Amino acid sequence: MRNRLILRFLALGYLALLLGIPVALVFVNALQDGVAAAWEAVTTPEAQHAFYLTMVMVAVAVPLNTIFGVLCALAIVRQRFRGRALLNAMVDLPFAVSPVVVGLSLLLVYGRRDGWVGEWLAEWGIQVIFSTPGMILATMFISLPFVVREVIPVLREIGTEQEQAAATLGAGGFQTFFRVTLPAIRWGVAYGVVLTTARALGEFGAVSVVSGKLSGRTETATLFVENRFQRFDETGAYAASLVLALLALATLLAMNLIKPKEAQG
Amino acid sequence: MAYLSIVALIPLAAVVVRSTEGGLDAFWTAVTNDQAVAALRLTLTASLIVVVVNAVAGTLIAWVLVRDEFRGRSVVNSLIDLPFALPTIVAGLTLLAFYGPDSPIGVNLAFTEVSVVLALLFVTLPFVVRAVQPVLLELDREMEEAAESLGAGKRTAFLRIILPNLLPAIIAGGGLAFARAVGEFGSLVLITGNIPFETQAASVFIFSQVESDNPIGASAVSVVLLVVALVVLLFFGWLSKKALRHEE
Repeated sequence: MRNRLILRFLALGYLALLLGIPVALVFVNALQDGVAAAWEAVTTPEAQHAFYLTMVMVAVAVPLNTIFGVLCALAIVRQRFRGRALLNAMVDLPFAVSPVVVGLSLLLVYGRRDGWVGEWLAEWGIQVIFSTPGMILATMFISLPFVVREVIPVLREIGTEQEQAAATLGAGGFQTFFRVTLPAIRWGVAYGVVLTTARALGEFGAVSVVSGKLSGRTETATLFVENRFQRFDETGAYAASLVLALLALATLLAMNLIKPKEAQG
Repeated sequence: MAYLSIVALIPLAAVVVRSTEGGLDAFWTAVTNDQAVAALRLTLTASLIVVVVNAVAGTLIAWVLVRDEFRGRSVVNSLIDLPFALPTIVAGLTLLAFYGPDSPIGVNLAFTEVSVVLALLFVTLPFVVRAVQPVLLELDREMEEAAESLGAGKRTAFLRIILPNLLPAIIAGGGLAFARAVGEFGSLVLITGNIPFETQAASVFIFSQVESDNPIGASAVSVVLLVVALVVLLFFGWLSKKALRHEE
């Protein structure tokens, strides 16, 4: 019994020192000048634009990655083709790559001066790097694997019996997908979407490399935090962090609501 | 597949190509540059420490969450994932608030090597816990009880019965944590101060090379990081499988 208490104390103590107290302190620091000051700090035009831009990233990257994720998972689980194992391994690449390297890699392809296709794109009047498209690409890259990884095990679990039954009853491919497969994997997809959203909201490194950090133009919420902090505007930095931390907590809540449903199928 | 290529594969190929554009000599010069070596050494050392600490602390936390009972356990359980949900820049700021110059407990670790380890510990916390937890939940209590009824003490039962069963999961989680730690960037930016030769990690070094317009140097070190991450993932995956087979 005493051992158990010691273990509990050690585990919770470690968590409190590493996680609990520091995160709580962000709330304290953000509100130290009062709620009004914090509110003002996150409603300046720059702050509003930063959060707006973050929302744009999420609004583009999450749907695209969700569609790709479901298709990719279907291909990996349901189809037999050469390079399937390779595709399966490739999908995880973004997990193994540093965000900075992700940013650099986009720079080397789409950058105007260094990039492979940057000059060509510039002739068409398309600027990718130091503008929104590049930042969206970075966000897509970094949050690519989540939906695939969540959907694959669910697809394996449900098997093909129901899909085959639907097919023998005369349902076409589309009909089978929307009426049978999609409802069966919906919680897996939902869980993947939550993880993708969280990652897209919080991405910093990759976006930081390709954004050029033009305040009020290519500055996302996370870049705004860094910018405020480096300009000694601690209230601004902590207040914006507070908003992001609240979003993270909402993510956790959503994960906890979805997980049991996913287990039930 | 085309989507994957446009978003991820072609850009990564560009990094590899660019790193060798000036020939292998230029690649080698870029990688063995003093500052690059210092940054890589710091990153690898810190990541190793982080894996070891995580293996112990993560297993302990998983143990307490599965076997112990106390009020608020489910809340603690959900909070474990917070480092995954929290933006890394906020993670850095968070640690700076508690362990920085304005620390309420008077511990100022900012701009030291310790701060690098601390930030990496924060962002990699969930890996080992989440890998060990399900295994511990499924673990047959009977084996332990049998061992104890045969006269084994708690300690022997843990070392001889439980630990070998958990080892594959600990190794797998450790591998993921290592790969993540090697590439981590956001949480390091604010708290480490990024002092070259002292607290500048490899990812931050790459960033500084990009900013100072040295794409070859940045690409070369990036390739090293990529290779390290892939090798580590493969190695830990192999080790984890080996531990699994051993147990059978």
